[in-house]
Amino acid sequence: MATQHSRSAARLMMAPAVILLLGWMLVPLTMTLFFSFKKYLPLRGDSVANGLEWVGFANYARFLSSSSFWPSVQATLIIVGGVLVITIVFGILLAILLDQPMWGQGVVRIMVIAPFFVMPTVSALVWKNMFMDPTNGILAHLWKAFGAEPVQWLSQASLPSLILIVSWQWLPFATLILLTAIQSLDSEQLEAAEMDGAPVLKRFWFIILPHLSRAITIVILIQTIFLLAIFAEIFVTTGGAFGTKTLSYLIFQRVLESQNVGLGSAGGVYAIILANILAVLLMRVVGKNLDA
Amino acid sequence: MGRIVLDQVSKSFGDVEVIPPLDLTIDDGEFTVFVGPSGCGKSTLLRLIAGLEDTTSGHIRIDGEDATNVPPAKRGLAMVFQSYALYPHMSVRKNIAFPMRMAKMSQEEQDKRIEAAAKALNLTDYLDRRPGQLSGGQRQRVAIGRAIVREPSAFLFDEPLSNLDAALRVGMRMEISELHKKLDTTMIYVTHDQVEAMTMADKIVVLQAGVIEQVGTPLELYRAPRNVFVAGFIGSPKMNLIEGAEAAKHDAHTIGIRPEHIDVSTTEGLWQGTVGVAEHLGSDTFIHIHGVPGCEPMTVRTDGEFGVKHGDTVYLTPNLAHLHRFDAEGLRLE
Repeated sequence: MATQHSRSAARLMMAPAVILLLGWMLVPLTMTLFFSFKKYLPLRGDSVANGLEWVGFANYARFLSSSSFWPSVQATLIIVGGVLVITIVFGILLAILLDQPMWGQGVVRIMVIAPFFVMPTVSALVWKNMFMDPTNGILAHLWKAFGAEPVQWLSQASLPSLILIVSWQWLPFATLILLTAIQSLDSEQLEAAEMDGAPVLKRFWFIILPHLSRAITIVILIQTIFLLAIFAEIFVTTGGAFGTKTLSYLIFQRVLESQNVGLGSAGGVYAIILANILAVLLMRVVGKNLDA
Repeated sequence: MGRIVLDQVSKSFGDVEVIPPLDLTIDDGEFTVFVGPSGCGKSTLLRLIAGLEDTTSGHIRIDGEDATNVPPAKRGLAMVFQSYALYPHMSVRKNIAFPMRMAKMSQEEQDKRIEAAAKALNLTDYLDRRPGQLSGGQRQRVAIGRAIVREPSAFLFDEPLSNLDAALRVGMRMEISELHKKLDTTMIYVTHDQVEAMTMADKIVVLQAGVIEQVGTPLELYRAPRNVFVAGFIGSPKMNLIEGAEAAKHDAHTIGIRPEHIDVSTTEGLWQGTVGVAEHLGSDTFIHIHGVPGCEPMTVRTDGEFGVKHGDTVYLTPNLAHLHRFDAEGLRLE
């Protein structure tokens, strides 16, 4: 099968894809690293053509010492953590619910998945204007109906609101993965546990939850990757105000609003480091579920 | 203790009645086998006794108490499933301990029972492995171990050997029979394999389409099948059933004669036929014979050295002492 000839032919045929992928990844990464060591303020006349001034680690030091840095890391972690907890807890409950035989199962399942198809910008706008608006939003009307003062969701409870919006988008994804996992559970195991004297909650704890552990791991890993980079939801709702400035939003502000490419690039490198720290942590904590 | 009485128990799924009302008594300490073709309702009946399905009508009494609406865990029965249903994320030890843990038994008692069960089932070296690391036979033993430690009043087996290879199946058959002798507990065993039923049972219950066709000891069923279905189902190879003129000679609609009750000769006999396929098992040879009126083909058993080939003419003589006669409804005539 794998003769010398077929191996070199295989390498040759894979080469275009590998080169494209490497270029796709390496060029932006190298440019980011390159700019992060340079003073690059386009509005002040800096340009690649004129040559950029080498500033060493000055951009890194400045990004780190900025008063927005640690709060942005904190906001990022709170959003990621909050969304993960909500999507997994409710995802499991919804998955169990959807696994029950019921009338109109197919339609209901499709409808549950629907939020995932709505673009982040659109869903954030819908939440901002139709639900959370303090005068016209449905929630405001609900509060008024009970005689309470409407909550100014996006300014008074900005982080929880944002977590709510993002969770709404990602809940279908978690539900879908967990539902398929629940469907693969051998029903004889549940019956055996029932015969062994385990009531409903213990069956959930000792049989269903361990069975789901691998699916939960996958949900956590995939969602973390995407949640670290959420942007549209923040841009549309709070614009980074009221403590919702995440690391990726901070980088956006440095590069586009302050027009400081060097500083933004340094932030980008920090973001890569943060993502890798999280990835290593997650793999150590939950990754063992993926073995065997 | 473990006397189980079914009183007019029936089960329907929607409009489909899979088990019409039936009565059955299983005595304490008895090894009862439910046997029948696929889809005859034997597993459903077992699940009704286990409490995994609700009865549509009728009563189930365990040791004299009405258990019809008692949840499965409270019936004091243990079940071994066809797929073994071991908990894949728990070690063998934890699997076996699970029912005791649910019953909040003391750790000492748990350890003692696990040790005893592991010793009895040859699992001592495997207690810390996961089910995924065990062979089929070992998984089967873990499932039995999980049932034993509860010290149930009866064991329920749902086709426990059908996932094992032939050699292992014979071995496990012996082990389960020995276990029954040792524990002396009621066991109900569901299978579609009449060999398992014949070799293991104290009492066989033959089911077809949810109806009990006959209840009796293995030899009773072999000697005096109550109807054509039981006659054809019990015994291997199957009984030869002959209809038409030959049956009329014995005042019956159908007559049956087992392959082992027919003498074969190359020179003379009552019936004449030609040899089709001969199955040589070494100790015995089963010959399929074509051309006997009313029965196509007729199977006979001869000793292993009987030398005939395809196309030879042979003569058959039934042993009339072992002839079974049935009427037009298929019921046995005495």
